[in-house]
Amino acid sequence: MSPETMALLAKALAIAIGGFGPALAIGLMGFAAMNGIGRNPEASGKLFVPMLLGMAFAEAIAIYALIIAFTL
Amino acid sequence: MAERTTNLTKVSFAALAAEPLFRLGHFTVTNSLLNAWIAVGIFVVFAFIASRRKSIVPHGIHNAIEALFEGMLGEVQKVTGDRKRAMAFFPIFATLFLYILVNNWMGLIPGTGTIGLSGEEFIPLFRPAAADLNFTLAIAVFSVVLVQLVGIRATGFMNYVSKFINIRGIIWAIPKGPMAIVIAIIEFFVGLIEIVSEVAKVVSLSLRLFGNVFAGEILISVMLSLFAFILPVPFMFLEVLVGLIQATVFAMLVLVFLTVATDSHGHDDGAEHGIEPSH
Repeated sequence: MSPETMALLAKALAIAIGGFGPALAIGLMGFAAMNGIGRNPEASGKLFVPMLLGMAFAEAIAIYALIIAFTL
Repeated sequence: MAERTTNLTKVSFAALAAEPLFRLGHFTVTNSLLNAWIAVGIFVVFAFIASRRKSIVPHGIHNAIEALFEGMLGEVQKVTGDRKRAMAFFPIFATLFLYILVNNWMGLIPGTGTIGLSGEEFIPLFRPAAADLNFTLAIAVFSVVLVQLVGIRATGFMNYVSKFINIRGIIWAIPKGPMAIVIAIIEFFVGLIEIVSEVAKVVSLSLRLFGNVFAGEILISVMLSLFAFILPVPFMFLEVLVGLIQATVFAMLVLVFLTVATDSHGHDDGAEHGIEPSH
C-alpha cells in the first residue's frame, strides 16, 4: 500500500471511529433528558441548558477527530 | 485551496488556513481578520446608536438591549450563585458571547466565501472569523490567562499557586501522621496534573469553536456544490443554531472557569452551595 492510500485510509478511519463515541455520548445525554422530561414535564426549561452544554462537550471530541481528518 | 473537478463544475472548498489579502508592513491581513474587524465595527456603530437619548424608561433599541442584558445576567447568576460575582464576570461573559455570536452569524451572510479576488486561485474576500485557528486560539489563550489572573487577585497569590503546586498541603500534613502525609503527596501530584488541565482548556476551547465553524463552512460548500438551490437551506439553519450554541458554550465555559477559580475553598462547602434565585 502506498503512503497516499494509507493517508486516505487514515483520514477516513479517524473521523469514522472518532465520531462513534461522541454520537453514543450525545444519545445517552438525550436519553437522560427525555427521561427527566417524561417524569417531570415542567422541568424541561431547567434541563435544556445543561443538556445542551453536555452535548457541546461531547461533540467537541468528534470535532477533534474531524480536525485530524482535515489536517492529514 | 482544495479543488475538486466533478463532471460539470469545478468546486473549491475553504482551505484550512485563512487566505492572506494584503500586508501592512510585516503584518499580514487575512480574510478572517477582515471579518473580525468588520464585527468590531458593527459593535462600535451599535454602541454609538445605543448611547444616544438614554432615559429611565427604555424605548426602541434600548428595550432590546436591556432585555438581552437582563437575560444574560440571569444566566450568569445561575452559574456563579451570588450577585456580586455575577456583576463582576458579566462584562467578559457578554463580550465573548456577543462577539463570537456576531462573528459566527456574519459568516452566513451571502457573499461570504463567494465574493473574492480571482487570480490563479480564487481568494474569498470574506470568511468567518472563527474559521481561522488564530482567532479562536487568541480568544482561548486570553480567556485562560484571564482566569488565572482573576483567581490570583481573588484568592491571593500563595493560595492560588497552592491549587497547583501544593507543597503547603504537605507541610501542613506533617504533624498529622503518615496517612495524612501520603494523601498530601497524592494531592501534590494531582495539583501538577491540574497544570496540564489548564493547557488542555486552551486547546479544547479553541479547537471546539474552530472545528465547529470550519466544518460548517465545508458542509455548506459541499451542499452548495451538490445542488445549489433548496438543499443548503436546512444546513444554513443548522449553522445558525451551531453558531449560537458554540458562542454560548464558549462563554459559559469561561464563566465556569472564572467561578471555580474564585471559589475560596474548593472542597469544604459542598453542602451550603445551591440556593439558586428562582424566577
